[in-house]
Amino acid sequence: MELGLSLSVVLFVLGLVGVLVRRNLIMMLMSLEVMLNATGLAFIVAGSRWGQADGQIMFLLILTLAAAEVGVGLGLALQIFHRFHTLDADSMNEMKG
Amino acid sequence: MNAIELLGWVPLIPFLGFLVLVLFGRQLSKPLVSWVGVGSVGLSGLLAALIGTEFLKGTMQPYHLVLGDWIAIDNLIVPFGMYLDALSLTMLFIVTGVGFLIHIYSAGFMDSDLGYTRFFAYMNLFVAAMLVLVLADNLVLLYLGWEGVGLGSYLLIGFWYEDPNNGYAARKAFVMTRIGDTAMALGLFLLFTQLHTFDIQFLMFRVTSQWTPGTLLPVAAAALLLGGAVGKSAQLPLQSWLPDAMAGPTPVSALIHAATMVTAGVYLIARTHALFMMAPSVQFAVAVLGAVTLLMASCSAIVQTDIKRILAYSTISQIGYMFLALGVGAWSSAIFHLLTHAFFKALLFLAAGAVIFCFHHEHNIFKMGGLRKAMPLAFWSFMIGSAALSALPFTSGFYSKHDILLATFEVSPVLWAAGCLGALLTAIYSFRLVFVVFFGKNCPVVEKGLGWQMSLPLILLSVLALFGGMLTIPLDSVFPVLFGNAHTFNLVSFITVTAPFIGLLLAVLFYLTGTFSAQGLANSQGLKRIHRFFVSGWGMDALYDTLVLHPFKVLTELNKNDAVDCLYTSIAFISRKGHLMISASQTGQIRWYASSMVLGTVVVIAIGWLS
Repeated sequence: MELGLSLSVVLFVLGLVGVLVRRNLIMMLMSLEVMLNATGLAFIVAGSRWGQADGQIMFLLILTLAAAEVGVGLGLALQIFHRFHTLDADSMNEMKG
Repeated sequence: MNAIELLGWVPLIPFLGFLVLVLFGRQLSKPLVSWVGVGSVGLSGLLAALIGTEFLKGTMQPYHLVLGDWIAIDNLIVPFGMYLDALSLTMLFIVTGVGFLIHIYSAGFMDSDLGYTRFFAYMNLFVAAMLVLVLADNLVLLYLGWEGVGLGSYLLIGFWYEDPNNGYAARKAFVMTRIGDTAMALGLFLLFTQLHTFDIQFLMFRVTSQWTPGTLLPVAAAALLLGGAVGKSAQLPLQSWLPDAMAGPTPVSALIHAATMVTAGVYLIARTHALFMMAPSVQFAVAVLGAVTLLMASCSAIVQTDIKRILAYSTISQIGYMFLALGVGAWSSAIFHLLTHAFFKALLFLAAGAVIFCFHHEHNIFKMGGLRKAMPLAFWSFMIGSAALSALPFTSGFYSKHDILLATFEVSPVLWAAGCLGALLTAIYSFRLVFVVFFGKNCPVVEKGLGWQMSLPLILLSVLALFGGMLTIPLDSVFPVLFGNAHTFNLVSFITVTAPFIGLLLAVLFYLTGTFSAQGLANSQGLKRIHRFFVSGWGMDALYDTLVLHPFKVLTELNKNDAVDCLYTSIAFISRKGHLMISASQTGQIRWYASSMVLGTVVVIAIGWLS
């Protein structure tokens, strides 16, 4: 039980650090996926702890969300590469105050 | 229908004239403008004459007419009320009668001026305001007229506004009279808070029945009203605006000096005489102020070279006589002198205007001379005016000034002596003016002639200035009679009569025969400084410069960045700085945003955890 939750926390932090330190958009999207799956894992573990189906239902929802998010994210990444010929997140900083 | 019921129309007609000229002046042809401008005052004068004859034929009971409410809040009720008694009737005659003659004269004098319509609009406004002032039955309406007169004088003094100096003179007149007006407004507030009415007759009744003479309240109220009167009537210490007010066209000067404006202060004190009698110390101060002012102004008049400034100083000094009379309780004599002064001062100004008109706006009397033959009408007008001004026997000024001086002697021989000295000086400066301008050698060519518009008022006013002393005005119904028989002081009477003759003799010796040289006297070592002192009007302007203007300038310099404004600019400064800081956090870096979101979440969770 604790192991499962600890794993999900570790995975979440790994994903978060990936989002924050990586500059490549593809790598950032992948790190986001890791974070989503970490939360999914936490829901599964919690569901099995309480013997309820809710955790698995939430995981299915998160899975759908992740699929949609990847679809949109990759589409945006493709467009960005077309326009800027780079996937570096830091170089796309034109919208600043 | 009785004519007296039309009293409200007397100030209304000139005001309507003003409105017509202001609103439709551009569409009107020039003759029509003069018909409206002169006619409105003439009509109102005619009405005043009808009302006057009806009033004098009747019982002479004061007539009270209320046209409607102006202000009505709780127990503060200020009606548009007119009050007609012998005093306001006298003023009514002066304002409309002399005003009308000056208007006729202006039609000729201003004929070639571009601002013809504007001029008559302002003149009508001025007369209307003065009529409101003299007819008002309550102090608030009187104050409306009072301020209206101030506005009119400002507009007319600065009439030729292309010259910045004229604008400066107009502002000076406006600001200096405003100082007095502020004191007067405070006086009104004091009277209302203490006595709960603005109606002058009620007010005077309550003053005499509720207050004790000589206590703080009547003294304070009278002193504050005196402040207003001093400002409007150009008495010490607020007199220095009047000589500068000569910047306006000459008919304006005549109107300001003879019929309107400067007489307002005298009228105010006469109107509220019951209050002044309750404050003997203030009343005596009025007399002293008058005496000092008349001496100062006569001294200055002797050394001026500008024809209009001489007359301006003479007005200050003649108003000083009126104040002297008011101060010693000779109320009727003060108003009588106001009446005769209106005649001869209007005459003198209009005659001076004629000289200036024919001399291409030359004001310096030493550049004129020998005009006796070239301008006989102006010469005789000047002679009659100066004789009346110096109070030579059997002219109008003689009767009024004689009354004043005899009444003064009964109260204070010192003030009487000052008055007699003033009379002597008056004779010197008025005949100096006549001798320098109309006698002497150089006689330049006079090109322009005077039209009938300018001649007629001169002739009529000459007659009035000569025989105006015969008029009897029934002022006994308004004022308490203080003195019984004034014929006991034979020596005093003799000195009073002869003082002007000594002055006349001196003027003859100095300026006509040239037995003594005034120039040599002015240039001699000891007198040089005194001469300069007199020319500057006793250094009053310099005094105000050092006492008021200079400290004020220093203060404004100190407060350049407005202390109060700092509060508001600092608010703007802080919000601008905050805006810059927040906009700096918008870096456009997506990872920066993500990090701050994480940080925020961590902080929120930590707070929830710890609490």
